[in-house]
Amino acid sequence: MNLSKKWLLDFVDLDVSDKKFADEMTLSGSKVEAFEVEGNELSNIITGRIDSLERHPDSDHMWICLVNIGREEPIQIVTGAQNLKVGDVVPVAMDNSVVHGGKHIVKGKLRGVESNGMLCSLGELGLTAHDFPNAIEDGIFVLGDDCDRTLGIDIREAIGLNDTVTEFEITSNRPDCLSIMGLAREAAATFNVPFKTHEVKVNGCGGDVNELLSVDILNPERCYRYCGAVVKNVRVKPSPRWMRERLRACGVRPINNIVDITNYVMLEYGQPMHAFDLRFLNGNSVIVRTAKNGEKITTLDGIERELSDDMLVIADADKPVAVAGVMGGEYSGIMDDTNTIVFESACFNGPTTRITAKKLGMRTEASGRYEKELDPQNCMPALLRALELVEKLDAGDVVSGIIDCDKSQKVNRTLPFEPQWVNDFIGISVSADEQKRILESIGFTVENGIITVPSFRNDIEHQADISEEIARFYGYQNIPNRKLGGVANAKHTPEQNMEKLVSTTLLGCGLSEIATFSFISPKHYDKIRLPKDDPKRSGVVISNPLGEDTSVMRTTVIPSMLDVLSRNYNNRNAAASLFEISNEYIWKGTEQLPDENVKVTLGMYGEGCDFFKLKAVIEELLYVAGVSDYDVAAVTDDPTFHPGRTAEITVDGTRIAYLGEIHPAVLENYEIGAKAYVGQVDFASLLKYGDLKRVYKPLPRFPASSRDLAFVCDIDLPVMTLEKAISKAIGRILEEISLFDVYVGSQIPDKMKSVAFNIRMRAADRTLTDEEADGAMKRAIKALGEMGIELRS
Amino acid sequence: MKEQLEAIRKSAIEELEKAAALQDLDSVRIRFLGKKGELTAILKQMGRLTAEERPVIGQLANEIRADLEDRISEKVDAIKERMLEEKLREEKIDVTLPSGRVPLGHKHPLSIVLDEVKDIFFGMGFNVASGPEVEWDYYNFEALNIPKNHPARDTQDTFYITENMLLRTQTSPCQIRVMEKQAPPIRVIAPGRVYRSDAVDATHSPIFHQIEGLVVDKGITMADLKGCLEDFAKSLYGEDTKIRLRPHHFPFTEPSCEIDVSCFNCGGKGCPMCKGEGWIEILGGGMVHPKVLKNCGVDPDVYSGFAFGIGLERLVMFRFNIDDMRLLYENDVRFLNQF
Repeated sequence: MNLSKKWLLDFVDLDVSDKKFADEMTLSGSKVEAFEVEGNELSNIITGRIDSLERHPDSDHMWICLVNIGREEPIQIVTGAQNLKVGDVVPVAMDNSVVHGGKHIVKGKLRGVESNGMLCSLGELGLTAHDFPNAIEDGIFVLGDDCDRTLGIDIREAIGLNDTVTEFEITSNRPDCLSIMGLAREAAATFNVPFKTHEVKVNGCGGDVNELLSVDILNPERCYRYCGAVVKNVRVKPSPRWMRERLRACGVRPINNIVDITNYVMLEYGQPMHAFDLRFLNGNSVIVRTAKNGEKITTLDGIERELSDDMLVIADADKPVAVAGVMGGEYSGIMDDTNTIVFESACFNGPTTRITAKKLGMRTEASGRYEKELDPQNCMPALLRALELVEKLDAGDVVSGIIDCDKSQKVNRTLPFEPQWVNDFIGISVSADEQKRILESIGFTVENGIITVPSFRNDIEHQADISEEIARFYGYQNIPNRKLGGVANAKHTPEQNMEKLVSTTLLGCGLSEIATFSFISPKHYDKIRLPKDDPKRSGVVISNPLGEDTSVMRTTVIPSMLDVLSRNYNNRNAAASLFEISNEYIWKGTEQLPDENVKVTLGMYGEGCDFFKLKAVIEELLYVAGVSDYDVAAVTDDPTFHPGRTAEITVDGTRIAYLGEIHPAVLENYEIGAKAYVGQVDFASLLKYGDLKRVYKPLPRFPASSRDLAFVCDIDLPVMTLEKAISKAIGRILEEISLFDVYVGSQIPDKMKSVAFNIRMRAADRTLTDEEADGAMKRAIKALGEMGIELRS
Repeated sequence: MKEQLEAIRKSAIEELEKAAALQDLDSVRIRFLGKKGELTAILKQMGRLTAEERPVIGQLANEIRADLEDRISEKVDAIKERMLEEKLREEKIDVTLPSGRVPLGHKHPLSIVLDEVKDIFFGMGFNVASGPEVEWDYYNFEALNIPKNHPARDTQDTFYITENMLLRTQTSPCQIRVMEKQAPPIRVIAPGRVYRSDAVDATHSPIFHQIEGLVVDKGITMADLKGCLEDFAKSLYGEDTKIRLRPHHFPFTEPSCEIDVSCFNCGGKGCPMCKGEGWIEILGGGMVHPKVLKNCGVDPDVYSGFAFGIGLERLVMFRFNIDDMRLLYENDVRFLNQF
C-alpha cells in the first residue's frame, strides 16, 4: 500500500519528518518498506515561457527559443521539438540540471548555436500522458491551466510533483489499513493527534433510483451487502490534477473521471467500487448469485472464462455481468458513449472471493481486498463519497436515492475491558485510563467495563488481540526484558547423540557434509537404473510442483549424492569425499503420513578413493557406533552398482548398510568421468544395533603369542569366511586376526589364492605356553582342512 | 715417585686435550688407567716405598686416577654433545615447505550455525524436537489458526501432496505436536526443513530451514520473550547486541512481532549489510495465540507462552557473508572447504 502524504494530511495534522514518520509508524505496527519524495531525482528544472521561436539556420528541424525564466534576461535554448508556440510555459532544465533517469544536462552548442539548457518532455520528468492528459508524450510538456505557470519556479511545485510516497507492508489481518483513512487513523494514534473525519454531502438531481435499478442478493452468506446508486448524463473526461496526482502517488494510473473516482474511493476508504453501464444491465436489475456450471463470461481483459457453481457473480436478468469482487465483464466498463452508470459498493465473503479468484487465475486489487474480509458497514460511506466526488468533478448527475441491500449481521463485537489481564499477559503495568485512551484513539469505545470493537476491525476476537493493540501503542520497546526463569533441564535424545557422533566421525574421516534438496525429478530413477517395477519408483508426489525437476520426494538419497558428485566433477574438482544425513520419504497411502527414514549417505571420487577406502569409513562409523558382529556379503544384482564391487553389511540378516562402486552406465548418466563410490548407512539401524556404552578392559599383563598362517583356497572364497572359521577354532585366546597378504600367481595353482594371516593370542591371567599357541594353530588348520582348505606349504 | 705420578697426570691431561673423538679418549684411558697402563705400572712399584711414604703416595695415586676419570668422562660428554649438535644440524629441514594438511572433512555452513543456535538454546534449557516434513494440513495450518481459504495461506505458497497432506511451510506445526504430547512447562526448539513454492534465486529456495521455538508455562509474558531472545542474540552476536521488536501479524501468535538485531557488522550505525538501517531482521515471534493453546489441550486461562521462528539460511548468509543462497545447496567442494 502506497500512501500519499498530501492525501494523508486530509485526515490528520502532522508535522514530522518523512524519516520519523516511517520509523514511528513501523514501531506502532504499520511497517514502512520505503519512502520516496516524488521528483527527488530531478534538479534545477524550472518553469519558463517561450518568448520567441526561430528556425535553426543549419537545421531543418531544430528551433532556437528565447525562454523567459522570470529573470531579467531570457535564455536561449535549442530544441528539436515541433509542438511549441510562443507563449507556452514549459519545463526548462537549466545548465547543470538532472532529468528523469539521472541524465545530466549542461549547456553547449547545437550545430554551432548556443543552448543553455533543455526543454523537457513528460518522459524527462518521469511522467506520462496519464498524469497530464492534455499534454503529448512525443513533444515538450506544455503546462496547462491545471499547473502553476509562474515563471522561474521549481517545476515540481508548478505541476504538483512534490508528494512523499510511503510504501507500507500491510499484514493480511488489517485490510482496513489498505486505505488512506485506515493508515491516517493509525498515524493519528501513533502521533497522538486527532483523526479528522470527513462529512460527505451529496445533493442529488432528483428522480428515484428505484425506478432505474433493482438489486437482489440470492446468496446472502456470500454477499453481505450490496449498495447501488445511479448517475446519469455521465460526462467522461480527465479528472482534475489533484486527483490524478494522488492516484499516481498511490501507484494507480489515472484513466478518466469515472474510473478514477472508483479507484480514488477504493484507496481512500479501502472499499472496492465498480461502475456498470446501465445499458448493458438487462432488466435494469442486479442479481448477486452463484454462477451456473459452465456459464461463461468475457471479463474486462477480453478473456472468456468458464464459471462454476462455487463462484459468485453479479448478473442481470439474463447473464453474468461481473465476477463478484474480482473483475467486471467486458460490457461493464465505461465507454465514450456511456450515459448512465451504476455504482456498486458491495461486500463479498472472503473465502468465496478467494476461491473464485484462484480458480479463474485472476488476482485483482479488489479480490485481494475482499478475501481478507471487508467491513460491510463501509459500503455506504464509500458509495456516498463516490457520489460526492461525481458532483464535485461534474462527472454526471446523481439520481436521488440509494439502493441498500444489506444482509450483514450488525452485531457489534464486544469484549470485557480487563486492563489487569493485559498487563499480566504482556508483562507491563499500564493504567486503565491509558489503556482506554489507546483503544479509543484507534476507534474502539470503552464504556462500563465493555470494549466495543469497531466494525472495521474484524481481526479483534480475544483479550490477546486487545493486548496487542495496547502493547504496540505503549511501545514494544518499553516492555521490559526479563530473563527466562524456572528450571532448565534440557537433555539430548539418543538420536541426537548418535547424529552428532556420525557427523564428527565422518568429518574426522575426511568427508565433508553436504545439503541437498529433498525433492528430485523422477527421471533420476532411470538414471540410477532402477527396474521399472521397483517400489522405490512410487513415492510422495507433489501435486503442484515448481517443475518436473523437483516434483517427487526422493525415495532414495543416492541420486542426490550422485548429482553433487557430478556437479563437482564437472566443475573440475579433482576429488570429493562427501556425506549427508538426510531423509528418504516412503509413501504410506493417503491416510497416513509417509515414513521419513534417516539415511547416512556417503560418496567419493578422485585420488585415493576406492571401494576399500569407502568400506574403511563405513566400518569406522560402525565401530564408533558400537555395531559389532556384522556380516559383509557381495551384492551382485543392484543395477546402480558394479556387480563385482558392491557389498552389503548385515546384522542378524538385516541390511544396515551397503556400498559399492557406481555402475559405469550410471556414471555415464550422471556425466561423471571418474570411478565413484557411494554407500549408505541406515541411521535407525545404528541406533538399534549400536551400543555407545563403553566398559574399560584392563590392559594386558601377560605377553601375547603371535603366529603366521597361510592357506590356499578357491579364488572366490571370501576372506571373511576364513577369518570366521579361524576365529571360531581358536576360541577365547584369540586377540586379533589380521590379513597381511593375498597372493594369486605362478606359485600356486590356477583359480586359487594364497591368504596369509597374522594371529595374535593372549590370555588375561597367564603367559600362553608354546603348546597352547601351537595347539590353537592346529585347531585352526584342522577346521579349515575340514572345509577343504589346505595350509600353504 | 711423587714426581713420576705428577708427570703421568700432566701427560695424560695433555693427551686428553688433544683427543677429538671418542676412540682417542678410549686410548687415553687404556694408556694411563688401564690394567697395563702407566698409572697401574707405577702403583705396582709401591712395595719399594717406606711405610710412611706408602699411604701418601697411595692417596695421591687414587686422587690422580679419580681426577683423570672425571676429566675423561667430562670430555666424553662434551664430545657426545658436539656430535649430537652436528647430527641435528644435518637434519635441518625447510620449515616453510607446505604441510599437505590433515584431510579433515568440513561441516556444512548450515550445520555450523544450526549447531551454534542449538547450543545456545540448550544452555537456556530448550530441548530439541523434530516433526515430519510431509505434514497434515491440520498441523501446518488449521491448528495454527489458519483455516482453509485464510489469506495468510497466500503468503506461504504451499506444495500439496493431497488435499490434506502437504510439505510443511514452516516449523510451527512442531509447536502443536509438542503441546499435544507434553504438558507444560515446555521449553523446546524444533529445527528442520520447510518448503515453499518459490523459484530458486539468490535469496529464495523452495527448501530452506527454520528453527521454531516454544515456551509455555504459567505466567509467561512478552517480557520473557524479549529477555529470552535478547539473550539469544547476545550469545550469537556478542554482548553489545540489542534487539528491536516491530509489531507484525502471524495468525498463531498474538501479539506478534518481527525481531531485528542491531547490525553485527556496523553495530547499528548503518552500513551496506543492514542497508543503512542499523538493524537486521532475524526472526519472528509472539505470544502463543490462546486459540492455538486450546487446540492443543492447553488451558489458556492457566498457561501462556511465546513462540518464535528463525530462518537459518538468513543467519548463515549473514554469518559468512554469502550473497547467493544457491551455493548452500550446490555443495561445490571449493565452497564447502572454506568452512
